[in-house]
Amino acid sequence: MTSAPVGLSREQMAARAARDIADGSYVNLGIGMPEMIAQFIPEGCEVILHTENGLLGMGPSPDDGYGDPELINAGKRQVTALPGASYFHHADSFAMIRGGHLNLCVLGALEVAANGDLANWSTGGDSIPAVGGAMDLVSGVKAVYVMTSHCTRDGTPKLVESCTYPLTGVGVVDRIYTDLAVVDIGPDGFEVVDLTAGVSFDEVAALTAGPIRDARSTEVER
Amino acid sequence: MIDKRVADPEQAVAGVADGATVMIGGFGEAGSPIELIHALIDHGATDLTVVNNNTGSGEVGLAALIRAGSVAKMICSYPRSTNSTVFPDLYRSGRIELELVPQGTLAERIRAGGAGIPGFYTPTAVGTELAEGREQREFNGRGHVLEHALTADLALIKARVADLHGNLLYNRTARNFSPLMAMAATTTVVQAAEVVSPGEIDPEAVVTPGIFVDRVVHVGSPAHESDLVARGVTYP
Repeated sequence: MTSAPVGLSREQMAARAARDIADGSYVNLGIGMPEMIAQFIPEGCEVILHTENGLLGMGPSPDDGYGDPELINAGKRQVTALPGASYFHHADSFAMIRGGHLNLCVLGALEVAANGDLANWSTGGDSIPAVGGAMDLVSGVKAVYVMTSHCTRDGTPKLVESCTYPLTGVGVVDRIYTDLAVVDIGPDGFEVVDLTAGVSFDEVAALTAGPIRDARSTEVER
Repeated sequence: MIDKRVADPEQAVAGVADGATVMIGGFGEAGSPIELIHALIDHGATDLTVVNNNTGSGEVGLAALIRAGSVAKMICSYPRSTNSTVFPDLYRSGRIELELVPQGTLAERIRAGGAGIPGFYTPTAVGTELAEGREQREFNGRGHVLEHALTADLALIKARVADLHGNLLYNRTARNFSPLMAMAATTTVVQAAEVVSPGEIDPEAVVTPGIFVDRVVHVGSPAHESDLVARGVTYP
């Protein structure tokens, strides 16, 4: 019996994903874990955050007592507007999304399939179906990244051959940041492009339920 | 002389019929016209179809309208809230209908309705269960779903400033669906925290031109949904 590899914390995952965001990008961060990426944008890198409820240039939560219940993000949490921000209505906001004007979105996932299918909006069954803007984001944003734990709490892989939950989009995911690895979607399935320190490719492969290969370039290997 | 003011929220929602479709601005509590929604509850119209991104929180505003039994159907993208069981309870017991629409598609359907476009094709939701049974067509090698425009009998809108012509400014992210809904409804009713004379809003800054607005009611200190929920207020 081997023990599960020790992966990154949520903060470390957010910091790892933040490292790959290009200066000057317009980015939409999904509610929950992806939101944390905002705290780790490297110094000197200016990233404009979009929130689909009508704000470009979203800043962090306000100090106590300085919030406005009508200045919120898509998760309905109070935020701030940075210098250079703009407000707009929903049709413009989703024109930015659907029209391919955003460089990147980072979303959570229930499952990602080896062909890039994403399931992240419904667990099916008795839950109240709620889709929000997820389907619009994956259909329109230039690059779609996912940030998720590699497995569920009970150890079930979230990177799978094909999704069992209802799909958010077909073949839409470009890259996945997990606690164990950075995984691209390639023509033949999952491609590991970076590993968390102390985690081996074989360990990642054993916890992945779809075709996976080691695609780390020799330059990246340490 | 054009003066779209009415005396109070009761007059603002007068005339709405049973079975009407009502668009209600707001994303969560941002832009939610609580005073107008409460006037609609008092009015007593039933069997309404309501278009809003969400289904309200607590037991005030939209959640109160649903709880009052006024709503037969919700058209929305995200009918979940951390602090309201009103919609989920009715939905699970089969007493309210839900049309779930991706958020950007919802916005564009409303915009199209106001712009005289009966339908459009979008790539959103292709290959998902929300596109099942829908007319689809390929453009540039990519699948698209036909979506139909949405219009309404009544739109309830919250603005920060209105002039007597109905030109509107909003407050920050309270804008969201409101400019689209104002275009898409036969009668658009606006509650504004400040009502000014024509000319006092810079024409360059007008967000919703007055042509889309029928009635303006002054609500000087609008309630915030989160305040009401935190204080345990229920309506009525």
